[in-house]
Amino acid sequence: MVFSRGFRGKRRTGPSDRVPPGQYLTDDFPVLSAGPTPHTPLEEWTFSIQGGAEPVSWTWDELRALPSEEPTVDIHCVTRWSKLDTTWEGVSVDTLLDAVEHDSAYAVAFCDGGYTTNLPLEDLTGGKAWVAYRYGGDELDPEHGGPARLLVPHLYFWKSAKWVRGLSLRDEDEPGFWESNGYHLRGDPWLEQRYWGD
Amino acid sequence: METRDLKLDGNAIGGLMLELVGSDLTAAISVCGGCGAHEEMARLDVYTGAGIVVRCRHCEAVMIRIVQGRGRSWLDLSGTASLQLDQ
Amino acid sequence: MTAEIAAVNQETPRVRTLELAARGWPGHRAGQHLDLRLTAEDGYQAQRSYSIASAPGEPLALTVERLDDGEVSPYLVDEAREGDRLEVRGPIGGYFVWDGDEPQPSLLIAGGSGVVPLMAMSRHHAQIESRAPMRLVVSSRTLADVIYREELNRLTAKGDGFEVVHTLTREQPPGWTGYTRRIDPELLSEVAFPAAEAPRVYVCGSTRFVDAAADGLIEAGYEPGWIRTERFGATGS
Repeated sequence: MVFSRGFRGKRRTGPSDRVPPGQYLTDDFPVLSAGPTPHTPLEEWTFSIQGGAEPVSWTWDELRALPSEEPTVDIHCVTRWSKLDTTWEGVSVDTLLDAVEHDSAYAVAFCDGGYTTNLPLEDLTGGKAWVAYRYGGDELDPEHGGPARLLVPHLYFWKSAKWVRGLSLRDEDEPGFWESNGYHLRGDPWLEQRYWGD
Repeated sequence: METRDLKLDGNAIGGLMLELVGSDLTAAISVCGGCGAHEEMARLDVYTGAGIVVRCRHCEAVMIRIVQGRGRSWLDLSGTASLQLDQ
Repeated sequence: MTAEIAAVNQETPRVRTLELAARGWPGHRAGQHLDLRLTAEDGYQAQRSYSIASAPGEPLALTVERLDDGEVSPYLVDEAREGDRLEVRGPIGGYFVWDGDEPQPSLLIAGGSGVVPLMAMSRHHAQIESRAPMRLVVSSRTLADVIYREELNRLTAKGDGFEVVHTLTREQPPGWTGYTRRIDPELLSEVAFPAAEAPRVYVCGSTRFVDAAADGLIEAGYEPGWIRTERFGATGS
């Protein structure tokens, strides 16, 4: 290995009960994207849940009228940055799933632009996940997934799908965009489940 | 700052492709599996998400995905119908 | 391969050229880049791509601009010194290259540090004593930010068909008679070679700069196939 004298990089480590293994702290909010930012007009935007007894969907106004929560959470990106105490506002996925009759165990989140990610319903319920539309006291910026993104902070942040438009309920865990090309099916940062086979 | 300001082009992954495939592909003509457009890889749109996503500049279809970690690389070329390599 | 910093030269307050000695470096073409990797004492690694500033056959040199919130560039511009080691991979690039073997005019358009690979081309043009017209259009914030300013003056003075057009977008010195705005289709139509000459074009800088310049040239009648681009991402002036 060739060491470069004096090079440190910018990363900071943090308390190990807050920062999962292999992660570094950041004060920025890096913008990572798999494609161009979509711009769906709000009057055309819907969030839907498919695959239950009947499809259910909310318009933007209907989603914003639902009871919301303001979680403060730590987020962890598989590219190794973590950001603590981020503040959001959104609707709990529990609230949304309560509107659907189903017996599925899994879901695939689908998004404008074609991105998908898979999650067991266990990881989307029990107060662990939101459809978030505000971040840091402002409306969620398009570059960070606005108008709304999935927020599932206990898993690596690729699961918190930007520009989310709905959940497709499934009987099996079907790998999404990244899970089908090397990233771990579940992605628990505390078990450092980054890649296939971890 | 918009995502379109952050996107790069195939020049940016020239070294990576050299490492993965053994060839400098920046001038290799690629054929988009979505719309059939022919472009040198240097002219494709490159996004950095959790992994690298290479898209057709005409139809935005995903042509290549790359993930790297723990000594392995995953390379998905299924969105690229063909690559013309000069020998 | 391992490279050692052989010399360091401050170009502007935020920009520095590093001359590298890399045993086994196979040589390069004008316009190519290399990937550079730094390893910290604890094993942490960071990697970035940098365009090669030197002409083919000249000692390998990179010119780096310090990005204020960057991780690697502040180290290379402020900290690294002669004798320090780093790893390089390259040369890379078979598309954004100028070999000087074609007779048509070359139009080079640079946004800020996008001038680096175009400088390699300009140096190569002089080195091979090419008579083909080459015009370098450089967009910088202020005169003090113009990289390679004196060398560009010298290359222009040679009278061999090499010209430079500057635009200073933020602040101009007293008496400045050059352009004072960001590159736009009108400016491009004034500085570009006539489309009838089917020039070769190379554009480099931030993504926004490159895309705007390429679109502007196409609006001015250029064929997309004449225009080669290299995007540096969100940086640049």
